[in-house]
Amino acid sequence: MKPAPFVRHVPRTLQQALAMLSQLAGQDGRILAGGQSLVPIMAFRLAKPAHLIDINEVEGLDRLDSDGKALTIGARVRHAAFHGPVVDNPLAALLTYVARHIAHYPIRMRGTFCGSLAHADPASEWCLTTATLGATMIARSTRGTREIAAKDFFDGIMSTALAEDELLAEVRLPLLAADAKFGFNEFSRRAGDFAMASSLVAYRVVDSKIAEARVGVGGAEPSPRRIAEAEAALNGQPPGDAAFRAAALAASDAVDPLEDHQTNAEYRRDLVRVVVRRALEHSLQ
Amino acid sequence: MNAPTKGSRGDALKWVGRAIRRLEDPALVTGQGHFTADLPATHWVRFVRSPNAAGTINSIKTPDGALVITAADLTAVKKITPMLHKFEYKPVGQPVLADGVVRFVGEAVAAVVASSEEEAEDIADLVELDISASAPLVDARDALASGAPQIHTGAPGNVIVKGEVKTAGFDDVWASAAKIIKIDARSHRQNATPMEARAAHAAYDKTNGRVTLTCTTQMPHLMRTAIADLLGMRESDLRVIAPDVGGGFGQKMSLCTEYVLLVWLARKLKSTVAWTEDRRENLIASFHSRDQYVTLEGAFDKDAKLLALRADVVSNVGAYSCFPTTCGVEPLMAMAEMPGPYDVRQYQCLARGVLTNTCTMAAYRGVSRPIITFTLERLMDKAAKAFALDPVDIRRRNLIGTFPYTSATGLIYDEATYKETLEMAVHEIDVPAFRARQKEARAKGRYLGIGFATFSERTGYGSPAFAARGMAITPGWETVHVSVDPSGYVEARIGASPHGQGLRTTLAQIIADELGIPPDLVKVVHGDTDTAPYGWGTFASRSLVISGGATLIAARKVRAKLIKIASHMLEAAENDIVLEDGHAKVAGTDRSITIASMAREIYTQTHRFKGELEPGLSESGTYDPPGTFSNACHVAIVELDPETGFVKVERYLVAEDAGRIINPMIADGQVHGGVAQGIGNALLEEIVYDGDGGILTANLADYMPPTAHEMPHVELHHIETPSTQSITKAKGLGEGGTIGAPAAVLNAINDALTPFNAEIDTIPATPQRIRAALREATTKKSA
Ligand SMILES: Cc1cc2nc3c(=O)[nH]c(=O)nc-3n(C[C@H](O)[C@H](O)[C@H](O)COP(=O)(O)OP(=O)(O)OC[C@H]3O[C@@H](n4cnc5c(N)ncnc54)[C@H](O)[C@@H]3O)c2cc1C
Repeated sequence: MKPAPFVRHVPRTLQQALAMLSQLAGQDGRILAGGQSLVPIMAFRLAKPAHLIDINEVEGLDRLDSDGKALTIGARVRHAAFHGPVVDNPLAALLTYVARHIAHYPIRMRGTFCGSLAHADPASEWCLTTATLGATMIARSTRGTREIAAKDFFDGIMSTALAEDELLAEVRLPLLAADAKFGFNEFSRRAGDFAMASSLVAYRVVDSKIAEARVGVGGAEPSPRRIAEAEAALNGQPPGDAAFRAAALAASDAVDPLEDHQTNAEYRRDLVRVVVRRALEHSLQ
Repeated sequence: MNAPTKGSRGDALKWVGRAIRRLEDPALVTGQGHFTADLPATHWVRFVRSPNAAGTINSIKTPDGALVITAADLTAVKKITPMLHKFEYKPVGQPVLADGVVRFVGEAVAAVVASSEEEAEDIADLVELDISASAPLVDARDALASGAPQIHTGAPGNVIVKGEVKTAGFDDVWASAAKIIKIDARSHRQNATPMEARAAHAAYDKTNGRVTLTCTTQMPHLMRTAIADLLGMRESDLRVIAPDVGGGFGQKMSLCTEYVLLVWLARKLKSTVAWTEDRRENLIASFHSRDQYVTLEGAFDKDAKLLALRADVVSNVGAYSCFPTTCGVEPLMAMAEMPGPYDVRQYQCLARGVLTNTCTMAAYRGVSRPIITFTLERLMDKAAKAFALDPVDIRRRNLIGTFPYTSATGLIYDEATYKETLEMAVHEIDVPAFRARQKEARAKGRYLGIGFATFSERTGYGSPAFAARGMAITPGWETVHVSVDPSGYVEARIGASPHGQGLRTTLAQIIADELGIPPDLVKVVHGDTDTAPYGWGTFASRSLVISGGATLIAARKVRAKLIKIASHMLEAAENDIVLEDGHAKVAGTDRSITIASMAREIYTQTHRFKGELEPGLSESGTYDPPGTFSNACHVAIVELDPETGFVKVERYLVAEDAGRIINPMIADGQVHGGVAQGIGNALLEEIVYDGDGGILTANLADYMPPTAHEMPHVELHHIETPSTQSITKAKGLGEGGTIGAPAAVLNAINDALTPFNAEIDTIPATPQRIRAALREATTKKSA
């Protein structure tokens, strides 16, 4: 369980980092952020990058601020940054609540928000969050800057729309409406494990009816995504048990479940139904 | 602090019975422990392991210039071939490196030697194995099917060991039963998962040709004997050291091929060679356990009294047989101990060990008993339901209450408290209050359940018990040397090999009481074949009983000699001498002398003892007891989420009797740790093979031991019934926690499932399996 040989590079500026990435990407070069996914994979020799471009000292990538429309999260921002509120908006409470479900404390102190997105584990809480809330990913390379919508970013299990030479420099997460409600729920067998299914929901209540519903499901399919059928079951309905159950059922019917040794398709659908309903119930608490 | 208990001599014991702090802990908790992997080495080994579960090796291509050892280099090394002379056992040999044939994923095929672990792993990546794979047998039932491929030519039908018993008159009693209750239990495969995986370091001494093998093991002397045999060397040319060992749980009581290879390499290279196992290797290739199918039927009379038991045990023992116990350890333990704590006179059992293309099985804390206890305790709960009785009532009617009791399989149970611990647990948990709470919760859609497990734990058994299994190597006894050096400090050299059990402390407490000194004057030396007397190591809840007994015998001899020395030096009658507070005193006077000055005298002024006393102060004791049964009642309260199948253990209580408790804190720690592993077995831990014999759970994210989050607080209550079968009056308690927990948790889950008419008799009871059981019950209902 020793990684294969590699060379570590430590750029100080974004320009240096992008130049190194463009030069080394073709020679099996990879970004090292918090290392909480990459290093274990290297220890198992499932990945053997020849070069690591360590971005932990790159100036400016620790950006975490809001322009009143969106929260910008730089590539060096750790999960632990969200242990407390980061912006004066309901989004802050949402992020704090969700962050607590990621791994364990020591891992949250190192792992990064953007690293989770780039790694794209189907069960990642941040992937679910960005997919549900419609974040914009800012990818940079020596070739320029691209903006990628979350729905186009995730591309299957541990696969994204990022090109080899692109750095996920920052993410823009839209703020929620001041009266927005949100709820989150996930299921795992042990505390801190990756979720076997998770759901994040957000909506507004207009004239006692649900509006602008967003229902995201993670951990159940190769990538987290919004489930239109569940959102349709909510919009225009009064928040409550009937609408929540209908949405949960719609979500569990809509997913194409991943299977593994502890979760067959039938059971995964069970879990999707439960986490969606419980996320919705959480939104009322 | 506990009140002093009455000692063997009738006087108050000062140290035995007290929860003193463990003498071994300061070094361990300040990072000063010495572990095998801390040692520097010139050469490092990486094993290239088979990616195929079954097949023949066509070729092994190694990179130019690399030192890679294969079976072709080891023609002079014997195969590991443990032996039983009973139970139709078929000896099968395991080569140190796969020799032409691979039999499980993870089997070592080649050993790469390089100057660092990293380099060895880099080279290992470049070794190319050309294997013609064949279809593997993963499940024991498939291996038993007629026409199944034969894994070893010497074991037709893949049955390597077969035990059968049937008591006289069984059929008549069976036919007379009012009700027959049946259970089909399944225990999936588990790994003991010690915190420290395996590691070995072999150093060649050019001055004398000796090799010192430092390794993480539970039985250093047996490693020496076994490895010297396999390599054809003198035992005196091999020294085995077990330094601090980070847990074993049985996984480290079997000989592993890797350690043999390390000694062979150190001699070949005349150098120092090391290997540290990584977690993935440990999970796929060390030893597994608990992979069993058990079908158990109970015949009850109209009053729910158990008349007879009939069992069929199929134990998947993997690809080879473990040394020294052999793979009979699981099926034969199941057969011998199935009747558990119940008075049942008729018994029939067929127990088979079945070879498959999976990692070899070895002992794991509790061995078969977590499984047979879970099976039998589920049977009792099912029977209770069938008779419309409370689970507690059916146990009251059937538990053994008179002693000594000879079981249907001929085991002799000494004085114990099966009924008393049950009543204690029932009282402490407050069953009526729980039932009320359960009812209220159900009305709110929350499902609680309570589960009881009563069981016996056979501990501290000596050589006759092992001989009864027909073992070619029959462990059992222990020897201890206790000496007082000329400065008055005491050293006990023991053949047991503790690795976390706190024996340095508990043995010091026993000696302290005999010699009238504080325990911190006693140093317990173990784990080095050059300094410790030959012994069998630490396993099977034996060390405190057997090594403790030998310690007491040796300490009593030292005590007797000290009294003689004092009688000479103080010119008083031996009867008037008392040993206390580091002194020999003449009772009723102020005359006394320190133990240190007596020790100095017997070494340096021998002439003064007029030839009546031998020089020096060193004595030896050996103990080989018949065995003694501990017992306990475990109670689990769980909350089950029917929507997800998730189970939370809300409360856990143990009422326990392990005879005299030497150190209550250490005893409690043994139970806590055991319960944690038992809860892991009940709910979480499972080695999963795919159809090709590959392991899907090769890391600690997929193989899931419980963490602190999953552990409830464990409430402990003790009864102390001094054992008449153990001279310290102590019984063993190393395995009980693990034995009781799966039964208590599964009974609690099934109690919670009662409103759904669903049942689960599989461990681990994973959320998916619980949901499947609920779904099945719903389908049945609607059908
Ligand atoms: C025991 C354990 C439990 C865990 N449980 C959870 C959990 O419950 N939920 C969860 O979401 N995560 C979990 N994780 C993963 C953890 O959150 C990681 O921190 C995260 O997935 C990756 O972030 P990182 O900064 O550590 O990235 P790294 O490990 O450094 O990198 C991961 C991958 O992303 C690439 N990468 C990183 N940053 C960028 C970037 N800015 N641009 C382009 N590519 C980049 C790397 O090249 C690499 O391929 C767990 C990890 C462990 C060890």
